[in-house]
Amino acid sequence: MGLVTIWSCLVGLAIILYVVLDGFSLGVALLFPTSRDEEERDLLMGSIAPVWDANQTWIVFGGGALFVAFPMVYGILFSGLYIPLLTFIFGLIFRGVAFEFRANATRKGPWNKAFFYGSLTAVMAQGLILGGVISGIKVAGDRFAGGSLDWLNPFSVTVGIALISGYLLLGSTYLIVKTSGPVQDRAYRQAIWSGFVVLGFQILVTFWTPLHYPSVLTHWFSSPTIYFIWTFPTLGLIAFYGLIRSLRARREILPFFFTVVLFFAGYLGLAASLYPYALPPSITFQEAVAQHETLRFTLWGGIIVLPLVLAYTVYSYIVFSGKVGKEKYYH
Amino acid sequence: MDALFLSRIQFATTTMFHILFPALTIGLSLYLVVVEFLWLQTGEEIYYRLYRFWVRIFAINFGVGVVSGIVLEFEFGTNFSQFSQAVSNTFSPLLAFEVMTAFFLESGFLGIMLFGWERVHRRVHFTATCLVSFGAILSAFWILAANSWMQTPAGYRLVDGKFMVTDFGAAIFNPSALVRMAHMTIASFETSVFVVAGISSYYLLQGRHVLLFRRSLGIGLVMAALFVPLQIYMGDVSGRHVFRDQPAKLAAIEAHWETNTRGGASFAVIALPDMEAEKNRFEISIPGGLSLLVTHSFDGRVSGLKEFPRGDRPNVFLLFWAFRAMVGIGFGLLIIMTWALLLWRKGRLYESRPFLRTLLIIHPLGFLAVELGWITTEAGRQPWLVYNLMRTAEGVSPIPAGNVVWSLSLFIIIFLVVGGSYFYYILKTLRLGPDVSSPIPPIQRPAGMRPLQEKEDRR
Repeated sequence: MGLVTIWSCLVGLAIILYVVLDGFSLGVALLFPTSRDEEERDLLMGSIAPVWDANQTWIVFGGGALFVAFPMVYGILFSGLYIPLLTFIFGLIFRGVAFEFRANATRKGPWNKAFFYGSLTAVMAQGLILGGVISGIKVAGDRFAGGSLDWLNPFSVTVGIALISGYLLLGSTYLIVKTSGPVQDRAYRQAIWSGFVVLGFQILVTFWTPLHYPSVLTHWFSSPTIYFIWTFPTLGLIAFYGLIRSLRARREILPFFFTVVLFFAGYLGLAASLYPYALPPSITFQEAVAQHETLRFTLWGGIIVLPLVLAYTVYSYIVFSGKVGKEKYYH
Repeated sequence: MDALFLSRIQFATTTMFHILFPALTIGLSLYLVVVEFLWLQTGEEIYYRLYRFWVRIFAINFGVGVVSGIVLEFEFGTNFSQFSQAVSNTFSPLLAFEVMTAFFLESGFLGIMLFGWERVHRRVHFTATCLVSFGAILSAFWILAANSWMQTPAGYRLVDGKFMVTDFGAAIFNPSALVRMAHMTIASFETSVFVVAGISSYYLLQGRHVLLFRRSLGIGLVMAALFVPLQIYMGDVSGRHVFRDQPAKLAAIEAHWETNTRGGASFAVIALPDMEAEKNRFEISIPGGLSLLVTHSFDGRVSGLKEFPRGDRPNVFLLFWAFRAMVGIGFGLLIIMTWALLLWRKGRLYESRPFLRTLLIIHPLGFLAVELGWITTEAGRQPWLVYNLMRTAEGVSPIPAGNVVWSLSLFIIIFLVVGGSYFYYILKTLRLGPDVSSPIPPIQRPAGMRPLQEKEDRR
């Protein structure tokens, strides 16, 4: 396997880890308005308080990995999608400070709002970024050559709303794992309806993507893509079936597992549709790649460090495993 | 106003806001390591209570530091994409290593540090504190390596305007890296222990939790006694490095216009530099002082600003005064430490109200010195983005100014809201004071624990 392939997988891995891990944190925040009182909100926040920061770090790594491996993509994407990217950051700021500020506040209302709207903004912005990338980025030479609002269109807004439903599903299935009693009961109901909404959006986006971006269609039906592209929607449907069944059977871990599989199916399907383009319709990973010395040096660092990171991440999940209880998630 | 100017203002605003928080994170985490070490070693409850008090301040501070820091990594791409694409091969791995080795470590163990009291053994908890502190210092190491590379680039080969890497060791340990890492890390330690000392003095002045905060102040002052002189020494080393590597910056810092041909260059204590007229309108100077400072000889040659083209000079007025204010704070803190030493010898360290009041008043000065230092070094790098090789104007993103007007105004509003709330909740925490009565989780209690007994501290 070449360095280009390894690094595109590594960037892809960082992004999907971020999507799943911070996805459930953001999803829990999106469910905030459905909780009845401050005690329930303490519980919701307590379920992610010890881990959200580590989860969020994956996007910082994703950005860093992109900067290392595909600097041209990093430069063009970030300057081209200036507005949704910084909107994403603004959302993350409010979401992040809400944890400590709310814990210290007597009147929690404003920080409940900051937590919810910050997360909502961050999720919507992520969707707009993704939609903007699929819509195509205008490039001249190695610079962004489009307009500041190129990313804004019905397709990208739809992707944003679809992502909200996806994170609601992740958040509610995560809460099934972490809570019990009435909060868990509600999470089961929320998981069921958000699951159906997600399915609807996945079907919609799957059919809309090739219409919006015609070369995807030719890509799907040409060799070798045609031989495996059908596996992703199939995997998605299986995951959806498993999700609904496990929710009906009131299983606790399985719904979250199937949701993650559902996300992987969608993500891999999308990646397969766009590959080898890093920035459709013009820049491939191969064209945007950094100097090989840089790739090799940083890869060695990653090979040594990332397994350790994964190990202590797992450790911290083990430390905080089990239902969130009455213990104080503030100090 | 164009996108370049606005992007520079935005980067300055976001970094200057951000740096306040990691400065305290780095130093306070070290203080917490010391306090928890003492808790495990002596089993005295007082250390446990102290830790629980300071970790609350630490947590609020850490949260704001994290979210304001993410901004910066994104801004390289959003606002300086041409720079990012030109230097990436040599520069970007330093940032990636910061994330991999430092950010993950901090964020991975922060949860245990803040919320793990009832779930992990006290030694595991202590390990978590150590790793968070180590992560914070490591993050300073990498970001200073990256910033130093922009000041004194090394380990690269320029090909078609792109910095191709030739040697990562040389790029990371570029000529100014180690000195600047030490200078900044010690600055964080120094700033934080004066915050600890100032807040402890506040409680002592009020007569609240006297026993607890005498201990807190004591540990803070012992650490300060180490860092204050060390920082003055590092400042001197740092200055001589600037003289060697960035002579135009040094000349601007010193408002030194003419190269000395005969005898030593004089050191301007006070001056009103005029960049148009290329001279100081007014100055009080020490003959031979500058040569002595930077070359350690009475008549060492120091290049004057006139040796550099007008277009290659940084802002002299700003550098001259920012630098002097920073150095003034450094020496001011040394005077306070001398005072502390005299009081300590008389056994009145905790009783002297003027001393405690002074500590309270001056406690934010470290932050000011950090900002002034960064202004000196970054404004002193201008007009270069990569020193002597790439101009700031060449690095900006191809974006309309309107984008940056939008984001800069939002940043200012958000920072006012977040910064204001930060102060509000820190002050609230201080008003509430330490919790000295909640039961200690059994898993944290060492054998033969010595409880905090004094009545005055139980109220």
